Amino acid sequence: MCIRDDRILFEDLDFRLTSGQVLLLEGHNGSGKTSLLRILCGIRMSDSGSVRWNGEPIEELGAEYYRRMIYVGHLDGIKLDLTVLENLEVARSMGQASDLPLSSALAQVNLAGYEDVPGQSLSAGQRRRVALARLLITVNRLWILDEPFTALDQSGIVLFEQLMTRHAQNGGMIVLTSHHSVSLEQVETHRIRLSA
Amino acid sequence: MNDHSLSTAFYFLLKRDLTLSMRRRAEAINPMLFFIVVITLFPLGVGARPQLLQAIAPGVIWVAALLATMLSLDSMFRSDFEDGSLEQLLLSAHPVSVLVLAKVCAHWLVTGVPLMLVAPLLAALLGLPSQGMSTLLITLLLGTPVLSLIGAIGVALTVGLRRGSIILSLLVLPLYVPILIFASNAVELASTGVPVTAQLSLLAALLALALTLAPLPTAAALRISLS
Repeated sequence: MCIRDDRILFEDLDFRLTSGQVLLLEGHNGSGKTSLLRILCGIRMSDSGSVRWNGEPIEELGAEYYRRMIYVGHLDGIKLDLTVLENLEVARSMGQASDLPLSSALAQVNLAGYEDVPGQSLSAGQRRRVALARLLITVNRLWILDEPFTALDQSGIVLFEQLMTRHAQNGGMIVLTSHHSVSLEQVETHRIRLSA
Repeated sequence: MNDHSLSTAFYFLLKRDLTLSMRRRAEAINPMLFFIVVITLFPLGVGARPQLLQAIAPGVIWVAALLATMLSLDSMFRSDFEDGSLEQLLLSAHPVSVLVLAKVCAHWLVTGVPLMLVAPLLAALLGLPSQGMSTLLITLLLGTPVLSLIGAIGVALTVGLRRGSIILSLLVLPLYVPILIFASNAVELASTGVPVTAQLSLLAALLALALTLAPLPTAAALRISLS
């Protein structure tokens, strides 16, 4: 159950996610999608109930849990005064680094050649792509994404859907919210509709 | 997660914060400018009374250092909070308290160290006897990191508030008072040639205490501020 400003946003919510599954949260503005994601990350406390990873509450797991999940929220978490590469270097050191070189990660999100461009010269969509490149440079089973498609153009959306499909097919899990219609083929997608 | 990747994270975070202050130099030198301006105004305000200036020099320098540090505190987590990096910090695979320590280190290197560099000059301006000079530097070396460490707890608690700076000063100032008392007292006594090992040991003890204990409540306070 989650209460915000004395309003019950949702209660009796129960779901489990296993390898290769995607969970899509739907609901109108203010229905508690972001609150639910923040609860799943452990940033926000739920007013009752618990979030478990392999049966263990995430508060007890602590860093053990954060080693396996990554969150891309509304904010891109990009320093405007730093170059793209400098931003990604820090982002990679925060998690469990993957073997993928930073430049190939940038190439995968179609930002090859932008390594030394400062964050403030990037467009909103390009910043979003840098934020999403974080998913590739660290190893995480669970991706938690809050409106990942915001500011992305059509080709960016297609590209990112491919990345999500690949992650799920490799045994990863994804929880996301989106106002765009998400079409992931060959991936088991569950939907939860929040209606406050 | 092994120690190696934790030290990598510490290194990159420290490097990031230092690079950021290098690129926003105007903002970074603010505390030092404040420190210089306040101290140089004192002789003008007090008038040509060298004895009086000499007597109040330790207190003036330390009060100015304390206020300069406090002015710069707010920036410690503010921009990280606004652009979402703070969320990433809390969700990283490493102990948050260690990452917090990297940020505090960067803050001290950018604000505390420049104060130490200009302090001898300003002390000479106020006529502090040369035998007090080394003690002044040692107290600044021991004291300013404590100011950053304690300040970090206050900033972490108030970073989510829109007008947090007044509450921040109320929270942090009382905790700064012991450092101010011991440090300025040590400089004052050293200028008259009295041994000050006791005061310096106390300051060193405060530093050791703050270094080990402050990062934990800071990390906890950041979690509260973000939830």
